[in-house]
Amino acid sequence: MPDLNLTPNIDGADDFYAELLATHEGLSNADSQALNARLILLLANHIGDRAVLSGALKAAALT
Amino acid sequence: MSKIFEVPLYPYKRSPDQDAAKPVRRKVVVIGAGPIGLGAAIEMAQAGIEVVILDDNDKVSFGSRAICFAKRPLEILDRLGCGHPMVEKGVEWDVGKVFFDERQVYEFNLMPEKGHEFPAFINLQQYYFEEYLVNRVRELEAEGAPIEIRGRNKVSAVGTHPDHVTLDIDTPEGAYNLEADWLIACDGATSPTRSMLGKDFVGRVFEDNFLIADVIMEADFPTERWFWFDPPFNRGQSALLHKQPDNVWRIDLQLGWDIDKEREKRPENVIPRLKEMLGEDVKFELEWTSIYTFQCRRMEQFRHGRVLFAGDAAHQVSPFGARGANSGLQDTDNLGWKLKLVIEGKAPDSLLDSYNDERVYGADENILNSTRSTDFITPKSDVSRMFRDAVLDLSERFEFARPLVNSGRLSVPCTYDGSSLNSADALAGPHATRPGSSCPDAPLGDGYLLPRLGNKFILLTIDADAPDLIEEDGIEVTRLALSVKDDPTLALKQRYLGDAESAVYLIRPDQHVAARRPSFDENLFRAAIRRATGKE
Repeated sequence: MPDLNLTPNIDGADDFYAELLATHEGLSNADSQALNARLILLLANHIGDRAVLSGALKAAALT
Repeated sequence: MSKIFEVPLYPYKRSPDQDAAKPVRRKVVVIGAGPIGLGAAIEMAQAGIEVVILDDNDKVSFGSRAICFAKRPLEILDRLGCGHPMVEKGVEWDVGKVFFDERQVYEFNLMPEKGHEFPAFINLQQYYFEEYLVNRVRELEAEGAPIEIRGRNKVSAVGTHPDHVTLDIDTPEGAYNLEADWLIACDGATSPTRSMLGKDFVGRVFEDNFLIADVIMEADFPTERWFWFDPPFNRGQSALLHKQPDNVWRIDLQLGWDIDKEREKRPENVIPRLKEMLGEDVKFELEWTSIYTFQCRRMEQFRHGRVLFAGDAAHQVSPFGARGANSGLQDTDNLGWKLKLVIEGKAPDSLLDSYNDERVYGADENILNSTRSTDFITPKSDVSRMFRDAVLDLSERFEFARPLVNSGRLSVPCTYDGSSLNSADALAGPHATRPGSSCPDAPLGDGYLLPRLGNKFILLTIDADAPDLIEEDGIEVTRLALSVKDDPTLALKQRYLGDAESAVYLIRPDQHVAARRPSFDENLFRAAIRRATGKE
């Protein structure tokens, strides 16, 4: 099983970031939060690997 | 002591053109003696084409303004005869640090690739930059080149005609008229020429103000670019510290939109802010302060018949990424050789349309990059700020987030993918030297590749045979014959051959690749020359 990848892994990182923000453009804060929640669940399902997901949760907590 | 930008450098002098019975016709007139106008004029004069520069002022830029110059423009300036003095005076830097709140989140090194004659970046005040260009104009004048700079010549009206342009010019001794076969407008972001012609300039306004302060101080800060997001001394905003020559430091402080500009600019308000940033004990003197806002926008077309727009007059970007002056010099580098061939009757007028196409493409790339940097630095919505802060927090611990931190994507040369002047790529070679690319430098024994390419059409052969000279419909192409053995560091091989055994490159006078193949084929290269000069 691979570990959580913490090295750069997105081709065209600036393009991705711009697309991410464009998806949020014009949304209220509540709608943005809801979008983020859906996005996290989609990405988590795509990753699937429970160990990787646990690693990501820990990394995001910055503890 | 009077500063360099307070002394007239090209004072008004009466020209015989002012006393002519009817308007004198000049080959090329350039409006604006800033970095781009001077660069354009030097390029013309070096090619032996008569050029007159008009400027409503008589001094170099007031204050440091553009300070960050990238490798590609330095290579262009080398062909204009001023690259080396600028590098000698300028400050080279490679290291940048990013701070968030009270912590340094990470440090980067540009780690410039080896085997290039010019550094990745230098910092140099715009007034020095312009002074070196004016010195070069004087040198060319002394050599008898057809170049002239007229201070305090303010253009008040521009008339366009199918084969020339008319100009009404105000001077301290009254008005006169002048005609030009071609007009290059380099009169800056507020371009009066653009307004006089009633041309559009549309794009996005960023509602923010930045305070620039240039301070002179003896400080032991290293020669690095320091960038702060949300620092304690400028809460909720950003800040930048960058070194220039002569112990001058550039400080940029984001102020937000709703401020009193005149009040913020006063020394009694600026100095406490700087003390908070630099520390109470650091002794400094204010050289220059200014407050600026910016927009990201461009003209729809850079060419309007006989009038060609270049630099900020044609396109404006945010300062993040140093894409203003650096891209303007790429404009005039693109324009110079095309205009020369059209004036000499060696290429059709339509070649100048490719100036528009290629440089609009370049401007869009610069606007995209600088807009994104601005959105990251000055987030305009809560969610945008939340993601920005998340990236910064993660970047302190995890390498993956660092490429997402955007405090400016530094200027790199534009590759003209899809240009009508390119021939299809016929070499399985490196991506970075595909048709449309600007040629990367490479060491060649005691010297470098780029000065050997110069500013004319070159057939670069690497371990391949070809004639020493080809002439195709008035265009001369000179061969530069090299072998991978000429560069023991193998940079030449890596940058121009990759896995190929041999290569033949057709290189334009602005050192962009027009065509490449594994070997010489006369018919195909003649076609490529015609294509690169707008003939098919």
